[in-house]
Amino acid sequence: MNVIEAIGLGKRYGSTWALRGCALAIPAGHVAALVGPNGAGKTTLLNLAVGLTAPTEGMVTVFDGWPAGSPAALDGIAFVAQDAPLYRNLSVADMLHLTRNLNRRFDQGYAEARLGQLGIPMGRRAGNLSGGQQAQLALTLALARRPRLLVLDEPMAMLDPLARHDFMAAVMAAVADGGVSVVLSSHVLAELERVADYLVLITSGSVQVAGEVDDLLACHRVLTGPAAEAGSYAQRLDVVNARRGGAQVHLLVRTNGRSGSAPPGWEEHPVSLEELALAYLREPGAAALPGPSRARAVEPAEVTNWQR
Amino acid sequence: MTWVTWRQHRLALAGVIALLSVAAAYLLITGLQMHQAYGAVSACRPAGSGICQQAASNFLGTYAPGVGVTLGVLQVIPALIGAFVGAPLLAREFETGTFRFTWTQGFGRVRWAVAKLAPLAVAVAVAGGAFTLLVSWYLQPVFGAGDDDGPLYPTRFDFLGVALAAWILAAFAIGVLAGVLVRRVIPAMFATLAAWAGLAFVTGIFLRQHYEAPLVTSSPNIPASAWVISQGWFRGGNAASLEMIDHTLRPVDVQAVTPDLFQPGPATPANFGDPVRYLIQHGYTQLTIYQPASRFWPFQWIEGGWLLALSLLLIAATVWLVRRRATQ
Repeated sequence: MNVIEAIGLGKRYGSTWALRGCALAIPAGHVAALVGPNGAGKTTLLNLAVGLTAPTEGMVTVFDGWPAGSPAALDGIAFVAQDAPLYRNLSVADMLHLTRNLNRRFDQGYAEARLGQLGIPMGRRAGNLSGGQQAQLALTLALARRPRLLVLDEPMAMLDPLARHDFMAAVMAAVADGGVSVVLSSHVLAELERVADYLVLITSGSVQVAGEVDDLLACHRVLTGPAAEAGSYAQRLDVVNARRGGAQVHLLVRTNGRSGSAPPGWEEHPVSLEELALAYLREPGAAALPGPSRARAVEPAEVTNWQR
Repeated sequence: MTWVTWRQHRLALAGVIALLSVAAAYLLITGLQMHQAYGAVSACRPAGSGICQQAASNFLGTYAPGVGVTLGVLQVIPALIGAFVGAPLLAREFETGTFRFTWTQGFGRVRWAVAKLAPLAVAVAVAGGAFTLLVSWYLQPVFGAGDDDGPLYPTRFDFLGVALAAWILAAFAIGVLAGVLVRRVIPAMFATLAAWAGLAFVTGIFLRQHYEAPLVTSSPNIPASAWVISQGWFRGGNAASLEMIDHTLRPVDVQAVTPDLFQPGPATPANFGDPVRYLIQHGYTQLTIYQPASRFWPFQWIEGGWLLALSLLLIAATVWLVRRRATQ
């Protein structure tokens, strides 16, 4: 089952297309990371998926066919928007009461236990909590709804490193307990590496990369070798991005599962998720999408002239 | 959802209660004073004699101006309720971003909006209805003593009968619609005040007098407590100017300051009497366009009816906008 499916999805604000021609099929049971630079359309895509916004063209469905924003969708999706919006004048206990009244399912015991563990006092106003505590409260409320899909929009933007760690630990614990798929957006790659097993890369309003992290990593290699030779091999290899460092050049190539294809004198390394994402972000024309697609062929001249 | 509405708007509702309580306290204190003074006037015998009429006139002279000012000040109450209860309702959700939380809960945004708007609308309307009872009691002595400004008079009509509840409901409906259109609390409040004031002004000055075709009379005796819309002098089928009237009154040295204000001079005969009768004897006709006091309740139902319809329309538009509103 696909938790989120988008076909030809587009959203226009005034005369600007925030998202266009977006096709996506995020499978259930994964922690999907939505990555992209600021303004790429991540928040727009998530707003469309949770029904806060209506598409200008195309459509987005959740849980295999339910329209985004429909009662079934609202029931099964828990969304935490950027900056974890809460009613600042309500106490923590009141926020629990409110969320309980607005949803069919709410695990009060779980929520109270979790807040107790985090040391968040029930009587304090939500506006008087620290940023990290507000994020944790928002996450608690979302998880207590026992959703099928948890959607988080840049949940860690305002958090310090320790708070981020705690936050992701809580998300992973919920995933481990079973049943929750997660889609979270971020532009901090390093943290996502530990948790994400599905990657969606969005740049300039369209999906550039989408796939299981294991598959993506298995299909890409970094080849390191003399810069002078790079041009001659560029034609034979499916090069996504070339990075020059001194006399050496690092080519991120798509191997399609073939390994050991490094030319003599060259080294082959596996690629980390962060390197992979960075490489594609630097090459807006390249794509790695499920199904047939080609990376842009790199001209030899470009390889040798590439500046690091 | 009842708990949600109560918990989130209890401050606004408390504010309404406080506002009405302060006004009620003032009306109670001054009203008791008035009722006591009126007791002497109404007990005057024989009723209708010169002495009793003079007593009533004195009573009105003492209390009517204060009543006028009080009701003038109270006119802001519906506008304040609309601005402070209605406008922030939805505007605050947009301004603070909490709609991103609330509208993604399982309850859904349309049901949520209706579950908030309906009880609050009823609550403010009921508060208005209750306050009207107090205003009716407060105005009894003044009406009883035969005040020229009867129940149809603009600042009194909209606080009596069903009009106050209807105006408060309309202000609330304007407020919530302004909130969802403007999406910022303070601007929405100002927009509500402005829109309500405009509507109230247009209704009081232009619209209300046409609910039923006004009556016209040439008699100088206007029925008691009638709402005089306009009055004018005519001679030979044409409107008479102030100069003409003044010219006609020159032989008795009476100056026409305005068409209904006359200033006798030193050469005026001692037993001259009423300048109005003098003008009528000299071929003038005074036409008065008025609404009789007996039309009070028909007008109340008409005004209450269209205000209710307008309120329902605005609230429906608000819910529709909540449903359709694509959000950033």
